[in-house]
Amino acid sequence: MRAAIVVFPGINRERDMAIALTLATGHAPRMVWHKDTTLDGIDLVVLPGGFSHGDYLRCGAMAAQSPIMPAIRAHAARGGLVMGVCNGFQILTEAGMLPGALLRNSGLRFLSQDCHLRVENAATDFTRHYQKGQVIRAPMAHGDGNYFADDETLDRLEGEGLVAFRYATTSGEITQAANLNGSQRSIAGILSPNLRVLGLMPHPEDLVDTLMGGTDGLPLFQALAAA
Amino acid sequence: MIEINQALAASFGLSAEEYANVLRIMGRTPTLTELGVFSVMWSEHCSYKSSRVWLKTLPTKAPWVIHGPGENAGVVDIGDGLAAVFKMESHNHPSFIEPYQGAATGVGGILRDVFTMGARPIANLNALRFGDPSLPRTKRIVDGVVRGIGGYGNCVGVPTVGGEVNFHPAYNGNPLVNAMTVGIARKDRIFLSAAAGIGNPVVYVGSKTGRDGIHGATMASTEFDASSEDKRPTVHVGDPFTEKLLIEACLELMATDAIVAIQDMGAAGLTSSSVEMAGKGGVGIELNLDHVPQRETHMTAYEMMLSESQERMLMVIRPDREAMARAIFDKWDLDFAIIGHITDTGRIVVTHNGVVEADIPLAPLADDAPLYNRPTTETPKRPPLGPVADPVGILAALQKLIGCPDLCSRAWITNQYDSTVGGQTVRRPGAADAAVVRLEGTNRALALTTDVTPRYVFADPEMGGRQAVAEAWRNLTAVGARPLAITDNMNFGNPQKPEIMGQFAAAIRGMSDACRVLDFPVVSGNVSLYNETEGRAILPTPAIGGLGVLDDAAKSMGIGLQPGLGLVLVGTLVGHLGQSLWLREITGREDGPPPPVDLAAERAVGDFIRAQIKAGAITACHDIADGGLLVAVAEMALAGACGAHLDRAPKGIDPHAFWFGEDQGCYVVAVLEPDAFFLEALVMDLPAIRIGQTGGGDLKLDGVGTISVETLRAEHDRFFPAWMETP
Repeated sequence: MRAAIVVFPGINRERDMAIALTLATGHAPRMVWHKDTTLDGIDLVVLPGGFSHGDYLRCGAMAAQSPIMPAIRAHAARGGLVMGVCNGFQILTEAGMLPGALLRNSGLRFLSQDCHLRVENAATDFTRHYQKGQVIRAPMAHGDGNYFADDETLDRLEGEGLVAFRYATTSGEITQAANLNGSQRSIAGILSPNLRVLGLMPHPEDLVDTLMGGTDGLPLFQALAAA
Repeated sequence: MIEINQALAASFGLSAEEYANVLRIMGRTPTLTELGVFSVMWSEHCSYKSSRVWLKTLPTKAPWVIHGPGENAGVVDIGDGLAAVFKMESHNHPSFIEPYQGAATGVGGILRDVFTMGARPIANLNALRFGDPSLPRTKRIVDGVVRGIGGYGNCVGVPTVGGEVNFHPAYNGNPLVNAMTVGIARKDRIFLSAAAGIGNPVVYVGSKTGRDGIHGATMASTEFDASSEDKRPTVHVGDPFTEKLLIEACLELMATDAIVAIQDMGAAGLTSSSVEMAGKGGVGIELNLDHVPQRETHMTAYEMMLSESQERMLMVIRPDREAMARAIFDKWDLDFAIIGHITDTGRIVVTHNGVVEADIPLAPLADDAPLYNRPTTETPKRPPLGPVADPVGILAALQKLIGCPDLCSRAWITNQYDSTVGGQTVRRPGAADAAVVRLEGTNRALALTTDVTPRYVFADPEMGGRQAVAEAWRNLTAVGARPLAITDNMNFGNPQKPEIMGQFAAAIRGMSDACRVLDFPVVSGNVSLYNETEGRAILPTPAIGGLGVLDDAAKSMGIGLQPGLGLVLVGTLVGHLGQSLWLREITGREDGPPPPVDLAAERAVGDFIRAQIKAGAITACHDIADGGLLVAVAEMALAGACGAHLDRAPKGIDPHAFWFGEDQGCYVVAVLEPDAFFLEALVMDLPAIRIGQTGGGDLKLDGVGTISVETLRAEHDRFFPAWMETP
């Protein structure tokens, strides 16, 4: 597994992501500058969290116009793996590579706390090391994670098994209380139709070490390492 | 044309005597720009003219101290060839005027003080004091300050891992926002600000210069208001995105050998950075303001020299590295401009549009800065409290205390701060007595805390100063860390009042005693005076930022209880209720002396606790602080979601004094083998008594009653959401 992390200006979880990928794959990922234009020899492209361009415009909107984006699109079109986390997820929706949008959290405040995710589709290269219905814990840290799409899109995502994770209680129930940012249908992560592009808001990369409180995020990276 | 005279100098904040000194140094009437330079360099903020005589009495040395006060931040050796760089700084006045930007730019400023020394910032903390929660204004300030701290810190990607928040009516007109940053550098790669190398280029990097934050004193000048509307100073506006780029670009450049000296442009902007760099290096500096990147048109020399636009740095670089340095800043889309060079004249010479706007000898500007040994009066000692009856009972008092604004859950606040970015946060806010952050790629961790109990300092400034340092040391000890050093943020009222200066001097004495006995020197700090509104001063608030190190991050200790353990109180508890939260919240009194701090006992008990944590004998540890022993146990129960069965209070002490007294130097520990633990304590001749056993879902107090942990949680969690999320 040859992984690359795209560094947009203002991104700040690229180091966390590199630690998780190194732990799972045994070697450091390549850091790719947003002004670069090629991704040769890469199997997995990761768009990490942060505040690209300060998120002074709509979150991710400016990064979605970066010089590296055509190469990311071409990589996805070839069936390459792409994962966007937090700001990375926002960039993927702004780039039109995943449907919907991430709106301001329904409580209008930044949310930094652990949440629980129910794995909705375990038959992907990202989630293969989880069981369907399994509940995992992950830190969230975002102001704009409220997933929105029209009903037709939501129905299609659900119908085609493209919802990867939903916010849930510790026992796996889908409730409004567990849906901290107000996302439509409690959606925390979605997939492209070929299951090769994943976007999610919480940070599995920050829970890969018992010292930091748990390893619930590690199987995701181990699955990718084995893909 | 503005006439330069004593009246104008007075409006810039210079006294008649200070202005006479300016005339003597210059040998002529200064230009407007020169007067501006003198007035900011000799301001309380930059010159520490009222506090310097006291600050220099603080202990600042230890074998592990690499750089003490005098640099941009303190630097201590933390082993493995690494150094921790840290400092705390206030942004009180701006946060009252504009809470969001005031707090945000406070975070930005302290970050720059740390990364300017070559350190990557790895943690932010804060110490916040607000007024009476029943005032609508307090709510607005809390909302803005919390959003501002989060807005800046979250965006730059430095985790906010700890802090403290208190409320008191003394802060109604003057909240305190103290921000602390901790960074990590290789100890042989620390960057300093002393300029060197005659002819070396002076480089300006970062944001463009605008008219924001220009010397506040000029706002009062009628000449200025009349001459130009747009010269009115504005509150600084933070740009955390640019700060993030600046961090990455500076650290990238610092990995090379290009930088000779570097200094952030903080208070007094280009003036203080250029004067300090040249002054420290014993050289001269020449600036051509035509080359300063400007955000606005037709800026004057005076405005550029005094602008406090954020996210800017000044560097002296090797001339042969200019192209390489420029390429790095180009990559990050940041301005990079050569605005001058180093000279051998010992003077600062500023030209603009071909005119010399300032030409000042640097040595007298620094050496002849005003220094005041202001009169002090001692704070009268408080009479002993005497007996106080318990009007409500133990459990009712616990329920009230655990939900009161000073003790309730801070989750509403800390959940707005990104505490996990970086992936190294071992102990998050509320999980332990200090935050614990691992150093990436090592087993080592730093423990970090901010502490002071202003009501103690107000009642007895010397004991309160001592307690603030001791509590920081205790909180680091409670997580198993070896305390190394502190940064202090001295927030006081008007130093021209002898009683305020007396508070300051006594607090420094108390702090010094504690620093000496605990081997816990001061390595950096900041002084904020004139924290008064309508003649009413804040509580004296010497906020302490403490830093300690853990050789093994996996050995850090939290406060959460688990079932099946013995609960032990270590330390001497006599039930001191003077100045306690119980006294204030339950009886409405703020009386009596604060609890005394016996520094020798503090050290002995703390060293024992740390050794026992290292030996693996302790499973949870929490110091006794605000609210006393029972609040400490309740916090441990809440953190671990586990109850406890507590024994009766010992004979000879009132139960409410035992459970709520705020005696110092005490810890509650949960241990697997109490008997072995008692033996260890006995060997060291330290007081340790059994107070109960963990388990179940309730706090059961023998002879008192039972309250469920979930009931306590409901009380604990209620205040902030109910207060802030309702209109």
